[in-house]
Amino acid sequence: MTAMSMVQALNSAMEVMLARDPRVVILGEDVGYFGGVFRATEGLQSRYGAHRVIDTPIAEGGIVGAAIGMAANGLRPVAEIQFADYIYPAYDQIVSELARMRYRSAAAFTAPVTIRTPCGGGIRGGQTHSQSPEGVFAHVSGLKVVMPSNPYDAKGMLIAAIEDDDPVIFFEPKRVYNGPFDGDPQKPAESWAGHPMGEVPEGHYTVPIGKAAVVRAGNAVTVVTYGTMVHVCLAAVADLGLDAEVVDVRSMVPLDIDTLAASVAKTGRCLIAHEATRFGGYGAELSASLQERCFWHLQAPIQRVAGWDTPYPHAFEWEYFPGRLRVRRALEALMQVSA
Amino acid sequence: MSEPRLHVPEVPARPGEEPDFSYVRISPAGAVPRPPIGVAVRETVPLAEDLIRVLDDNGTAIGPWDPKLPPDTLRAGLREMLLTRVFDDRMQRTQRQGRISFYVRSWGEEAVSVAAAHALRPGDMLFPSYRNQGLFIGRGTPVLDLMCQLLSNTHDMCKGRQLPVMYHDAPRRLFSISGNLATQYPQAVGWAMAAAIKGEDHIAAAWVGEGSTAEADFHHAMLFAKVYRAPVVLNVVNNQWAISTFQGFAGGEQRSFAARGPGLGLAGLRIDGNDFLAVYAATAWAAERARAGYGATLIEHVTYRAGAHSTSDDPSRYRPKDEFPAWPLGDPVERLKKHLSGLGEWDDARHTALLAELETEVAAAWKQAMSYGTNNDGARLDPALMFEDVFKVLPPHLEAQRAELEAELAAARDAGAAT
Repeated sequence: MTAMSMVQALNSAMEVMLARDPRVVILGEDVGYFGGVFRATEGLQSRYGAHRVIDTPIAEGGIVGAAIGMAANGLRPVAEIQFADYIYPAYDQIVSELARMRYRSAAAFTAPVTIRTPCGGGIRGGQTHSQSPEGVFAHVSGLKVVMPSNPYDAKGMLIAAIEDDDPVIFFEPKRVYNGPFDGDPQKPAESWAGHPMGEVPEGHYTVPIGKAAVVRAGNAVTVVTYGTMVHVCLAAVADLGLDAEVVDVRSMVPLDIDTLAASVAKTGRCLIAHEATRFGGYGAELSASLQERCFWHLQAPIQRVAGWDTPYPHAFEWEYFPGRLRVRRALEALMQVSA
Repeated sequence: MSEPRLHVPEVPARPGEEPDFSYVRISPAGAVPRPPIGVAVRETVPLAEDLIRVLDDNGTAIGPWDPKLPPDTLRAGLREMLLTRVFDDRMQRTQRQGRISFYVRSWGEEAVSVAAAHALRPGDMLFPSYRNQGLFIGRGTPVLDLMCQLLSNTHDMCKGRQLPVMYHDAPRRLFSISGNLATQYPQAVGWAMAAAIKGEDHIAAAWVGEGSTAEADFHHAMLFAKVYRAPVVLNVVNNQWAISTFQGFAGGEQRSFAARGPGLGLAGLRIDGNDFLAVYAATAWAAERARAGYGATLIEHVTYRAGAHSTSDDPSRYRPKDEFPAWPLGDPVERLKKHLSGLGEWDDARHTALLAELETEVAAAWKQAMSYGTNNDGARLDPALMFEDVFKVLPPHLEAQRAELEAELAAARDAGAAT
């Protein structure tokens, strides 16, 4: 075990896979010589060559289109889209091609591509460097969609994604790249060193895709969340001294609804929290699926905390971000309802 | 208010008017030089604007691009072009009878696909568009397999998931046709990049219509092909029409589509797409260039879509009815027939016999295909198959939905039994 940041853990996952599997290639903007704008691919090109860690033109549609062709020819491409906000030029290749290659050809052709992309806010990125578009990919049949919240999961899930025979959209909550974030932007930045999930094995291991994680056990209320919001919610729960169970979804598709529903059935109360906009967001699917299964256990309506349904504003980042106060207020209101 | 100054491309002839192909620039057969495969991209600029032709009006092969193919290859090509046409005609009628939902003929464009299938090696991966059935026929996919796909029947290669004509044939290295336009172009480049990464000498080839060159994917593909010197042959089938929109709206006025190759750093060839020998020779040149590591070539095949865009289209609403006979590059089947006959390797009697043989072959295949079920009657695929291959392993939510469908189908059967 070594203390690693999430960026180092992702780098380690790609290093392990480049060393282990000659089919693995990495491609994207600035990923090669420079090592990526967030340093996730640092040092990989010098060790594995420019033909395996490939700098690309600024053309996300081309990156994904080429990755699909590479995968159809037996490689295991890991494509980086520099910011999730830049993924839309590749949307057609992802939705119409990548997601359906196995289906439309009855498995004659497949496209085991992993698309890594940093998402989420809290980095003063404004409306073009802060989005959380997991919902628009989770809605597409044929894609696996995941978002780890800590270094240990990030490495294990990225290796699992690269080894997966289906395409995986791998969202990386960039606010927690270098340390957990409890929602207070005034506090000095924390490091992953010393955090239990910052202890990461050097070698190969996987964290299975499709499994949620109970990150805090409790009986009074269930908080269903993922990404940066896992840490914000844990802080809000601690602020209130609530006996809350916090569940990290980790995998939007496939969704581990059994783990989520078991918790909600136990506590009878549920708050769903994500950074993405609320209307039609992934939280709506969580809410609907949980009430279908847990309705007779519920003490109160399932509630959601999310980003406002506006673009992500630069100057009002912390009024926009669903921070600790918003989570606390939602939890307090939820705890006051009695059936 | 002043006169509008916006230039809006205008088609030379509309319904009721005389066909006018004066805009198609045509070089005499044999007139365009054939440079060595390693030629610098800038040297191909004239080749991207002139028109590479081998067969002259008398059906004689002339000039440096003559691939000097043995008569057996020419006869095989003629047979496959004719089979493509017979198959197309039969499937068109079948659609009119309501047996299949949709069809797309390649009438008038058969040489583009069939000649390329002969010029490329079996290990090369082809990324067809929806009007490249000649690639499948040229590589030996049985028409029975194509028919079963059209029928979405129990032998459908796509298990009922794709619109008719969206075939694939993995063992023969024919990629799955998408139905979205130009998406296969960057994929072909990626496939070729992978071949180069692995150190293999297979190449990729892809086809789009001239209308689809407007898509971003076309430009992404050319750029990636240029940047990584990918071993790929990129084909633009300029059949003049994108449904009702003539090639001017794809940017075909004044500059050729092939000229976009040199514009982005790829070799460009503008060729007579109705000349089997020219298509063969240009494809072989581009393939050899790609395989030798000199990079990709953009080939524009100048041809004419003799039929409707699809069975859902009526071209009499937007173009003169009798355009095809006026098309200056003629009919690819007739031209190869004339050439072979001129060589003393073919004649009308053999042609008539071949046509009859192919019609019998297609009719027999159709009968067999129908026996595996149709859209309307006979055996059907199990609807539960729709849940397979979304992922390699069925995830729990799809397992639950499949069970739900099965319960729904059982309820429908019970209801049927009750009434």
